[in-house]
Amino acid sequence: MGHLYDKLTEDVRFSEGLKACLNCGTCTAICPAAEFYNYQPRLIVDIVQARDEEKIEALLKSETIWYCGECMSCITRCPRGNAPGLLITALRSLSQELGYFVESEKGRQQLAIKRTVGEWILKYGYCLYPVNILPEMHPEQGPIWEWEHANIEAVMERLGANYQQDGPGILRKIPQEALDEIRKIFDETGGTSRYEKIEEFSRQKASEMGINFDETISCDYFRQIYTENKKDHTQSK
Amino acid sequence: MKIEGKRQIWKEYQKEIAGDHFFYVRSCVRQNFFPGSEKTFLRILQDELSRDIFENPSHTTCSGIGYHSDVVPFETSMTMVARQFALMSEAGYKNLTTSCITSFGLYTEILDTWHHFPEVEARVRKHLKNATGREFEIPENLSHASDIIYKFRNDISKKGKFRLINHETGKPLRGVEHIGCHYSRMFPSKGIGGAEYPYVLAGMIEEWGGEVIDYPERRHCCGFGFRQYLVQANRGYSISCSKKKFDSMRPYKPDFILTNCPGCPMFLDRWQYAISEMEGTTYGENGSGIPVLTYEELAGIILGYDPWDLGLQVHQVPVEPLLDKIGLPYDPSMKFLGKDGKFLGKPSSPTFLKFF
Repeated sequence: MGHLYDKLTEDVRFSEGLKACLNCGTCTAICPAAEFYNYQPRLIVDIVQARDEEKIEALLKSETIWYCGECMSCITRCPRGNAPGLLITALRSLSQELGYFVESEKGRQQLAIKRTVGEWILKYGYCLYPVNILPEMHPEQGPIWEWEHANIEAVMERLGANYQQDGPGILRKIPQEALDEIRKIFDETGGTSRYEKIEEFSRQKASEMGINFDETISCDYFRQIYTENKKDHTQSK
Repeated sequence: MKIEGKRQIWKEYQKEIAGDHFFYVRSCVRQNFFPGSEKTFLRILQDELSRDIFENPSHTTCSGIGYHSDVVPFETSMTMVARQFALMSEAGYKNLTTSCITSFGLYTEILDTWHHFPEVEARVRKHLKNATGREFEIPENLSHASDIIYKFRNDISKKGKFRLINHETGKPLRGVEHIGCHYSRMFPSKGIGGAEYPYVLAGMIEEWGGEVIDYPERRHCCGFGFRQYLVQANRGYSISCSKKKFDSMRPYKPDFILTNCPGCPMFLDRWQYAISEMEGTTYGENGSGIPVLTYEELAGIILGYDPWDLGLQVHQVPVEPLLDKIGLPYDPSMKFLGKDGKFLGKPSSPTFLKFF
């Protein structure tokens, strides 16, 4: 067996997600991503099942693996008990571990997610935090969020939150000891290492592309990966 | 088919839901966007139903959104969840209830993984011990907050002051329900009604006097897709999924949309606004949108709670048309006030979507 395939089998989700695919295409038929993007989960399963190292490497560097929305509709419908959505999670993990994610436009977006949701988990203890959900980054949130964002403390108080305060409740201040514990969990389990790899491979890619890169969410590299679709991801080739 | 046979089949789609003594873990999305729903959940359980529900302020995110957008490794998320289990065990609780479907799905995935791969559970126990010194017991019962509201839907109905009936015509109000993908798609036996006949929300609507609309795209994803929304460049995926649902439900003229997952009400609410700005299209009556509710908000309406205590003022699609049909009184002048009664200003009105 090949190196990349072996690496994938080390991920318990890969073992859970791949039994024997008969290529019926039911997963593609039910897939919301396949309806929007140029994407077929059936082909992903076909490639990994064939254990073709060259094709697996191309997949890990491709746009394709980043199209899935992880709704896991495919799991419900597969007549053979496969889980293409779980295979995607294993492929994405390996792509980041090896630095292949920066070779695709959609893959490079991982830095944007790491610097927002990823950092907020460690800083606040929440995946989302209202002061950071900026209306200018979220125009779809509409005037109601602009209003709420501008009046966040008063709105949260009105709705019974314990915003940024000690004790239990909605958006409470997570105690420092708890934040210290989750940081240690990240150190112990590979979370910190994953974040560092995303940063380092992104920095190298930005240098190669000649784009300004720093640690902020306002540098040119971040703005580009966060907002731009230079490729057409929706049309069949 | 004999009735006994039907009962036997339906049995497979039931789940055990604990009745009391819950350890509560909150939702990141709901605390930000629908804080009133979590407040209402506790109010119903504690004040209306006299149930014991406990929250440890040291619990944190389960990291589920980071996990499903693939920046947080599975090993890390499993240990984050193990820490929540440890807090539950230390507090003497055995029934864990989550406010979030992403969490519920992740907890379920983790428990299933540990069931099939005991060595992974052993490794996570070691990770947790090394990082925090904590140990944990696996919950005896894992439920989503909506499971509990479903379980007590009859009690809520009995205590209710309003029904899902148009108070002028006497006809049942008609709702569409949206389950949320991670409730039962991965592990059908963990959701009421499974993946094929999810009944957790339909059961509430029917019990409270309404009618459930079946429509072609009833089970389609709202389009969150984690990275497909978190990154601005990908939001075409997200809005397209919601639009597909709106276009499909519009001919049935729903009075409301009822949701299960924290993200879904936000997307089904906000994308109606975005579509109206992009295309001028609105999906409700006379330029209004279709009001989108969480199950706690709907339960609170049935119980006659003040809509502004429920947090209905932070919806982009106004809920007033539904309140008017039900006959629930409200004071429009109180909508945008702070706790101290100070007027916080009125949000600007959308271009096309009717605003109140």
